[in-house]
Amino acid sequence: MDSPVHRVSLGDTWSRRVHPDMASERLIQSFSVEQLTNILDGGAQNTALRRKVESIIHSDPEFSMKDNYFMNQNERYVAAVQKRFHFQIIAKRLGWSENSPEFYYAYRALSGELALGLHTVFLKSLQSLGSEEQIAKWTPLCNEFRIIASYAQTELGHGTNLRGLETEATYDAATQEFVVHSPTLTATKWWPGDMGRSATHTLVQAQLICSGARQGMHAFIVPIRSLRDHTPLPGVTVGDIGPKMDFDNTDHGFLQLDHVRIPRENMLSRFAQVLPDGTYVKLGTQQTNYFSMVVVRVELLLGEIIPLLQKACVIAIRYSVIRRQSSIRPSDPEAKILDYQTQQQKLLPQLATAYAFHFLARNLLKFLHSSYDAIQNKDFSHLPELHALSAGIKAMTSDLCFQGSELCRRACGGHGYSKLSGLPSLVTRVTASCTYEGDNTVLYLQTARFLVKNYLQTQAIPGSTQKSLPPSVAYLTAPYLARCPAQKAADFLHPKLYTTAWAHVAARLIKDSAHHLETLIQSGADWDEAWNQTTVIHLQTAKAHCYYISVKSFTETLEKLENKPAVQQVLKSLCDLYALHGILTNAADFLHDGFLSGAQVDAVRTGYLELLGLVRKDAILLTDAFDFTDPSLNSALGCYDGNVYERLFHWAQKSPTNTQGNPAYEKYLRPLLQSWKSKL
Amino acid sequence: MNQDLRREREAASFNPELLTHVLDGSPENTRRRREIENLILNDPDFQHEDLNFLTRSQRYEVAVRKSANMVKKIREFGIADPEEIMWFKKIHLVNFVEPVGLNFSMFIPTLLNQGTTAQQEKWLFSSQGLQIIGTYAQTEMGHGTHLRGLETTATYDPETKEFILNSPTVTSIKWWPGGLGKTSNHAIVLAQLITKGKCYGLHAFIVPIREIGTHKPLPGITVGDIGPKFGYDEMDNGYLKMDNYRIPRENMLMKYAQVKPDGTYVKPVSNKLTYGTMVFVRSFLVGEAARSLSKACTIAIRYSAVRHQSEIKPGEPEPQILDFQTQQYKLFPLLATAYAFQFVGAYVKETYHRINEGIGQGDLSELPELHALVAGLKAFTSWTTNAAIEACRMACGGHGYSHCSGLPNIYVTFTPTCTFEGENTVMMLQTARFLMKSYDQVHSGKLVGGMVSYLNDRPTQRIQPQQVAVWPTVVDIDSPDSLTEAYKLRAARLVEIAAKNLQNEVIQRESKEVAWNLTSVDLVRASEAHCHYVAVKLFSEKLLKIQDKSVHAVLRNLCLLYCLYGISQKAGDFLQGSIMTESQITQVNQRIKELLTAIRPDAVALVDAFDFQDVTLGSVLGRYDGNVYENLFEWAKKSPLNKSEVHESYYKYLKPLQSKL
Repeated sequence: MDSPVHRVSLGDTWSRRVHPDMASERLIQSFSVEQLTNILDGGAQNTALRRKVESIIHSDPEFSMKDNYFMNQNERYVAAVQKRFHFQIIAKRLGWSENSPEFYYAYRALSGELALGLHTVFLKSLQSLGSEEQIAKWTPLCNEFRIIASYAQTELGHGTNLRGLETEATYDAATQEFVVHSPTLTATKWWPGDMGRSATHTLVQAQLICSGARQGMHAFIVPIRSLRDHTPLPGVTVGDIGPKMDFDNTDHGFLQLDHVRIPRENMLSRFAQVLPDGTYVKLGTQQTNYFSMVVVRVELLLGEIIPLLQKACVIAIRYSVIRRQSSIRPSDPEAKILDYQTQQQKLLPQLATAYAFHFLARNLLKFLHSSYDAIQNKDFSHLPELHALSAGIKAMTSDLCFQGSELCRRACGGHGYSKLSGLPSLVTRVTASCTYEGDNTVLYLQTARFLVKNYLQTQAIPGSTQKSLPPSVAYLTAPYLARCPAQKAADFLHPKLYTTAWAHVAARLIKDSAHHLETLIQSGADWDEAWNQTTVIHLQTAKAHCYYISVKSFTETLEKLENKPAVQQVLKSLCDLYALHGILTNAADFLHDGFLSGAQVDAVRTGYLELLGLVRKDAILLTDAFDFTDPSLNSALGCYDGNVYERLFHWAQKSPTNTQGNPAYEKYLRPLLQSWKSKL
Repeated sequence: MNQDLRREREAASFNPELLTHVLDGSPENTRRRREIENLILNDPDFQHEDLNFLTRSQRYEVAVRKSANMVKKIREFGIADPEEIMWFKKIHLVNFVEPVGLNFSMFIPTLLNQGTTAQQEKWLFSSQGLQIIGTYAQTEMGHGTHLRGLETTATYDPETKEFILNSPTVTSIKWWPGGLGKTSNHAIVLAQLITKGKCYGLHAFIVPIREIGTHKPLPGITVGDIGPKFGYDEMDNGYLKMDNYRIPRENMLMKYAQVKPDGTYVKPVSNKLTYGTMVFVRSFLVGEAARSLSKACTIAIRYSAVRHQSEIKPGEPEPQILDFQTQQYKLFPLLATAYAFQFVGAYVKETYHRINEGIGQGDLSELPELHALVAGLKAFTSWTTNAAIEACRMACGGHGYSHCSGLPNIYVTFTPTCTFEGENTVMMLQTARFLMKSYDQVHSGKLVGGMVSYLNDRPTQRIQPQQVAVWPTVVDIDSPDSLTEAYKLRAARLVEIAAKNLQNEVIQRESKEVAWNLTSVDLVRASEAHCHYVAVKLFSEKLLKIQDKSVHAVLRNLCLLYCLYGISQKAGDFLQGSIMTESQITQVNQRIKELLTAIRPDAVALVDAFDFQDVTLGSVLGRYDGNVYENLFEWAKKSPLNKSEVHESYYKYLKPLQSKL
């Protein structure tokens, strides 16, 4: 059986023949893989465009990633700059603009191995914070790469809490300049991408001081390297922050500014301005700045975080039908490890999660777009809900994608520990997403704040109906259901039933959260103190709410697939698995108030174990439907053709440890081996 | 010293030195351990370099140098006790990864265990002196945990009195053995023995792989490094392919089984003893879990006392992040777990030594239980530790992601523990097999002993399986003993559920093996519950042996936190089994928060008591003196990317980018 024509393989000796153990998995197709791929892409035309971009990227040797795992930090940085350079030339030739789908698909095909990613962040900030004049001046410079820009916010001693940043920008009316300065060691800018080696300019977030008063955080464009020879400008100490778990393609940097002077025009002034005489003028509120943070979080989901789990599932599940280990019956040949229940229990819930998150992110993106349209019409009413949803969902997806991909890695045994499996890189990349763009704990708590606030509102205004609440928390006023009506395992395989169950738990936890908080306040604590003393329960509450949202979003996606019954059916099994897996992992929350009885939880478990067997049959097709190219997976274990071992052996032989001699032998081993001889 | 850390240390309610003695086993052990550590630290030959800035090949080179140097030093300092050698290695190697290590930990012991006196005479001396460097090649590319599936063959040729070693397929290539890629010149190879046309299963053979003097691979041998990994950069894990490669008959280790010159196979008498090595290694890994988690906690807690962030009340100065409830909730249960595992590790080690003495006198009776217990505990502690190290890392925010924190390194070095020396799920299922056997034994009227004796306690359960009787006592959430009882009930219940489900499947499927596979999720759950009970029990029993009042008080709080946190995480099991009520679970959650507050003032002292040297932690964030930021900046400046002010890529790509577009 051959690969489908469109499929981009590695084009090596082994791509031509599909391993029989893999081929047998694809023999019976209970649904159309292509149809599912189109759904995931959001339409057949998107699938076609994506494949076109992928074939352009993968047919170009300049974009090859085959040596990635053998490179050190420096080499990977250089390779990423080289790829970015080449990419810009191609993009220009083919007319791919910065925000086009082609750009996005190319990024996906290259698995993000590009430098100068902060360039986009700079442009976005410029557009939301800059005046029309500033936008007109800096955008073309940036687009033509006459400058290379980055974005400098976090400091050595300060991250999530923006107001704690120490960098200062003091206005000097005499020269009409800002003096940008790092007053302490902890004020050193730390972590900004592209700043260590590449950037010529950076957008610095600093405390504005003018006419003797502190005006809070503002953004300043600061030139840091000479446009002539790239050396740091006077007063600028800049460099790379050193080795990290991953993201070697990006030169994360540090920056110390010693009274660096920049012209008054370099402060981004859409919302606030400093007049030549030093007068501070506010020009409206920063609602849209806050909106751009939300946009970044939502776009990250499908652009970066979720595909990492999807890839991990593809690799681990494909490997699990090739790997044979022990036998189930003593007389049988060694079994595919995916046939072991324990292996299914590790991998298949992750696969279900990968699908659940894909649909969740897509629905959130839709909500984002409609909110954006509303904002254009000066309607900011959706913003609090959008903010709460994006915060919580970013936290949940990054948490679970990290846990899931690490689980996939470990499910591949020893070979999962080899970088050649591709899995360690997925894990080290996704784990960073738990921290960047807002630490997950902090984000969950923001969601919880929104939930508690809305709940308290329903209490304050008796008789408030679902209409008055934002849609995502409408369930707070749903009719109370004390007991789950399910009687047997099969009853739990109904989307409506488990969605209601999740809503029940989330609502109860929100009430508990509010109750704990109010109790402390009544006993004399002020609101902030009471909040800190109850954050553990708020975390739990936010998590339950987000899980409910994801289950609901999955079931809504199913409803829209009435005209594709085969795909709908296979996705329903995944949805069931996702919901029940969540119930079992959080069984105590369902048992707590007797909503589920012990016997019902047992029934959930029975249903869950049966689903594992069911999803097992379609597992490979479900991983194929993600339609990742072999080069973008970059895994010796995870290629479409299943020829795992040949490739692993071949790749290992190319390792520099094998091709570059062994200096340690001459220096240490030989003397060691021979030191004894003389004494014999 | 950083002011925050100084204040933390002054405010502690107990003397950490006394707790260090508890962890080491005695004040004398603490003294001797430090003496050895100082030998290294004060040795002018000992250079500590930061591996983070080196390439893989440089890291390997450093490790070989250190390995080589260490052999000399241990001899020079006259350190011979195995425990003391461990202490020595931990400081000297820092990462504890040594390419030459397999020679001592696998090659020589296997030679001693399975070689005849003549074979020992031939190879022991030269391998002890490193004239030959050996490793142990078992796993193959396509085969790991399941030994019988290995494909490498050793076919006896009576004409030349040689064995022909062959790797018949790609999947049969030996893969992963440490030190195999570049370092070793000999390997003990496990292969299917074939003589007179018959296969006799796995046997061990001494195979020369590289030429003495030139270190080049011998003809017929393909050997190399398996390439980059998640961690263990210093180790040359290798592959080995043998192409009808001949070795003399005497190279088969023949203490037990033998092949006569004419090719006749002589069966071994008994080989239960090989089991012992496995138990030893796994029990060592339980201790490693404790140490790795203790390191991670030390770093995360010290850094959380130094780092200030956000505000609890608007307008107040930024508090230490350790004052946030969420941060305490992330870290303190892990700290409690680290202590729990320290005591589990100590127990397993003692038990091993006790039973091993028995084995020396021919008493094998306790071995099966120990084997089952250690398998499960290895899996239980390594899974928990794996997740916990990562949680510590994430609790350090962005800086945790930098190698300066030392945490990524601790993680990647530890995580293979979940896979090697028996994959964890397989380990849990081995424990489950023992639990099922014990359950059946009780069922048929025989009492069982040791850690599973609780299975004897529920005779009524056997008559009325579904009926949950009134439990003997109400759980007192302030009593470690009572909580241990609660864990015992949970374990008993989950063992019983697994056993019943297994029986049902056996009836339905007519195949015991298929039934086992279809119950394996329940079986793993039962084993986990059993191991959790053992950990809780050992921690609460340890409290009885602590004499110092203030140390006792602080450990008791940790023990309670460990027990209660586990209940809160697995509350479903406790509720479903009617071991605890909903309102008790609410109380548990409340009590956890009180314990966080109670432990907070002692947190730094509790990690100080682990007594890690800064060199061992390898962390800028976890430094004893707390001077984090100054050193972080200095550390970053050493990065190779900062070697030149303008990076080469500027001329190659960035400058042309500006002109070409």
